[in-house]
Amino acid sequence: MVLTDVLVGGLTLGGLYALTALGLTVQYGVARILNLAYGQFLIAAAFGAFVLATRFGLSPIITLFLALPVGFALQWTVYQLLLMPLVRRTGAGPALETDSILLTFGLSFLVLGICVAAFGGDLYSYSYLAYPVDILGSKVSANRLVAMVFAFAMKAVLYLLLTRTRLGTAVRAVAVSPCFAPLVGIDVRAASAIAFGIGGALLAASGVLISMFLPFSASLGVVFAMKALIVVIMGGAGNLMGCLVAGLLLGFVETLVASYVDPGLTVAANFTLFLLVLLLRPTGLFGKTVR
Amino acid sequence: MSDGPVLRVEALRKAFGGLVAVNELSFEVGRGEIIGLLGPNGSGKSTAMNLISGALPSDSGRVIFKGRQINGMAAHRIARLGVARTFQLVRVLESMTCLENVEVGFAFRPGGLSGNAARAESVALLGRVGLARRENMAAGELTYIDAKRLELARAMALAPELLLLDEWLAGLNPTELQQGIALIKQLRDAGLTVLLVEHVMDAVHSLCDRCVVMNAGIKIAEGSTARVLSDPHVVKAYLGDDDSDDNGVAGRGGARA
Amino acid sequence: MSRLTVVLAGLGACSALAIATAAPLLQGGDYWLSLGVTLLQYGVLATAWAMFSGPTRYVSLATAAFFGIGAYTVAVLGESMPWAGVLLVALGIGVAIALLVGLSTLRLSGVYFVIFSFGLAELVKQIVTWYEVNVTRDVGRHVFIDISQRQIYWQLLALLVSVLGVWALMRRSRLGLALRVIGDDEVVATHVGIDTSRTKLMLFVLSAAVMTLTGAVLAPRWTYIDPEIAFNPQISFQVLIMALLGGTTRLFGPLAGAVPLVLLFEVLSVNFPNYFLILLGVTFMAIIYFVPNGIAGLLQRVMRHRRSV
Repeated sequence: MVLTDVLVGGLTLGGLYALTALGLTVQYGVARILNLAYGQFLIAAAFGAFVLATRFGLSPIITLFLALPVGFALQWTVYQLLLMPLVRRTGAGPALETDSILLTFGLSFLVLGICVAAFGGDLYSYSYLAYPVDILGSKVSANRLVAMVFAFAMKAVLYLLLTRTRLGTAVRAVAVSPCFAPLVGIDVRAASAIAFGIGGALLAASGVLISMFLPFSASLGVVFAMKALIVVIMGGAGNLMGCLVAGLLLGFVETLVASYVDPGLTVAANFTLFLLVLLLRPTGLFGKTVR
Repeated sequence: MSDGPVLRVEALRKAFGGLVAVNELSFEVGRGEIIGLLGPNGSGKSTAMNLISGALPSDSGRVIFKGRQINGMAAHRIARLGVARTFQLVRVLESMTCLENVEVGFAFRPGGLSGNAARAESVALLGRVGLARRENMAAGELTYIDAKRLELARAMALAPELLLLDEWLAGLNPTELQQGIALIKQLRDAGLTVLLVEHVMDAVHSLCDRCVVMNAGIKIAEGSTARVLSDPHVVKAYLGDDDSDDNGVAGRGGARA
Repeated sequence: MSRLTVVLAGLGACSALAIATAAPLLQGGDYWLSLGVTLLQYGVLATAWAMFSGPTRYVSLATAAFFGIGAYTVAVLGESMPWAGVLLVALGIGVAIALLVGLSTLRLSGVYFVIFSFGLAELVKQIVTWYEVNVTRDVGRHVFIDISQRQIYWQLLALLVSVLGVWALMRRSRLGLALRVIGDDEVVATHVGIDTSRTKLMLFVLSAAVMTLTGAVLAPRWTYIDPEIAFNPQISFQVLIMALLGGTTRLFGPLAGAVPLVLLFEVLSVNFPNYFLILLGVTFMAIIYFVPNGIAGLLQRVMRHRRSV
């Protein structure tokens, strides 16, 4: 049944978009830095999975678990090394937003350059679990299914991490109130660095999961960054539940448009949705004003 | 020239999610009056100011300025109609000089001044607020009290009929406070109507003809300053239930943070 | 500035302009003419970018979108309409899209605008591609318009002079003051009677219009254009770096930033073609770190230090 196709497709895509955007929303919500290089790092992770799968025959699931700490470390380092000087320089005021947008924009080109130098501009993909599975009458690729399952699993882990651990609570405290968090002994800079790291783990995971079923190229970084940004804003910056809902919404709308209108108009659909939300509810579907 | 009140607030309401910051607020400000808008922290005073100046849209209720409904209007249109304000956290244009800051006030009002006329008037205005000879100093380098003066000068450059002062007298030493009070009195004598949000009780006693007291978004008292400040409900709002000592509010001065 | 300084500066500007106008007539070779065109191209784009993003502090990442719209419109209509008509149509489309984007995002905080502009080039590219695939069934067009490099050069020169002229006039006007106030504190701006939304919109549309025209004028330089070429995000990036390097507050700032970087990028792309993007990224980040207020700002600080010593 076509409807089930759309349902499963939307769930998979939406689940992945939500996972991707969650990392970005944690980074933005806590460190107050909009990481425009996010999408490019995600693609780099996808390339990593490709190399490990084709060169070393490593299953992407294993790569997934490897990617988590690597992604964490990388983004944590990015924050400490590249973004901290900006934070210090601007005193975390409004100039930080502009400067960090510019810096991460530059960083995205740097990472793009590395990807292009190593892999060129072609589309890449590798074969993993590329056989169809029967779900409620419609045929879905096993790799998409696996990706979806892992995406939701990671979201659950993130939720637990942020709500049931001391670290997670400290991170959330900074997101809610960066001015007052220090008063209860929370080191805001350290928490921001950790938030960046968490975002890094999530984007690395997303990259690996996406590489399992979607052909990708170096220039797709912008597209992913854009979709992540749209989901983050639609859900309300820093709002985890909003991110989840917005991600699923985006995934469903895109799948619907791709199935019933034209697969070449997905970006247009993204933007139209984004525009609508901006015009009707500028604080996001669940409202948290972007400064 | 209308005979009615300069400002009339009717059943003004603003909620942020579940929190009702301003709840059915109503009061009037007559021409040439200085009205104090008082209340403990979180009572909704600054939100009320933001609603009146157009910085925030209201959920319901009306704000009527000189017989004209201004709620729902963009802030810049309200400013052009003759409502000027200062901010609780001083906002001066730091990248510009003091002179330029005041010239900005002259430039965009109806019948705006520019060029030499604006410069001359700006210099005069800076003198009036006590910033003479600081014309070419960058606004970002001013001391706190001087920045406040600059903000007031900019507000006055708009030639307003209603001036909204948001805790303008906070953080001043006794001398500065007296100077500030004198300045506001001069402005009123020159024809301005003033609505001030204040905590500094000395200033409230000296300046305000009448007061409106808010607590948790609701108006709990209105009337002459002396009567309002000795009203037991007002005292309780500021001090809480347990404290039977009603110093500070009933006329003994001192700023309450 | 003393009378003498003004006169000298004016004379200097006029002679520079005369030299620049006459330069293509020299038989120096096509390479220099081509370089001149590139210099002018980025000079105009950087100035147009700085006109809006400088004073308002709304970082626009959409240069490539408008440039591409101009270039692609010419590619589509260039052979079927007189040149002036094509330029007008391109301008119209660019303005329409700028209005759409501006009306939706400029009323909101700057972050929404940045995000929208970030994806705009991608969006327009996708729509154009879809159109080409489904309607005209042929992605990519050959451009056979009979316009010489010299004519492109002169058109760009005229555009640059016009943009600088408009900007110079604007800075002295009330609009220029409004922009400075908006860039300093937008809340204050609304409370002194400035219609910030309308001001930002006008500036944005003006800036986008210039970028669209630039793309249109440059289109005949290519013999083949497809959406990937026309909407290349690298342009947004390079223009940004140039304007930031030169400084967005001074009239000739962006131009001053464009010239050295165009030359640098020429050298880099010829000698290190595989690592060009990496070097681009590194250059950009270096500028953000070390020259945050642009060269102009650096000079200003040096001069202020000298004065106080």
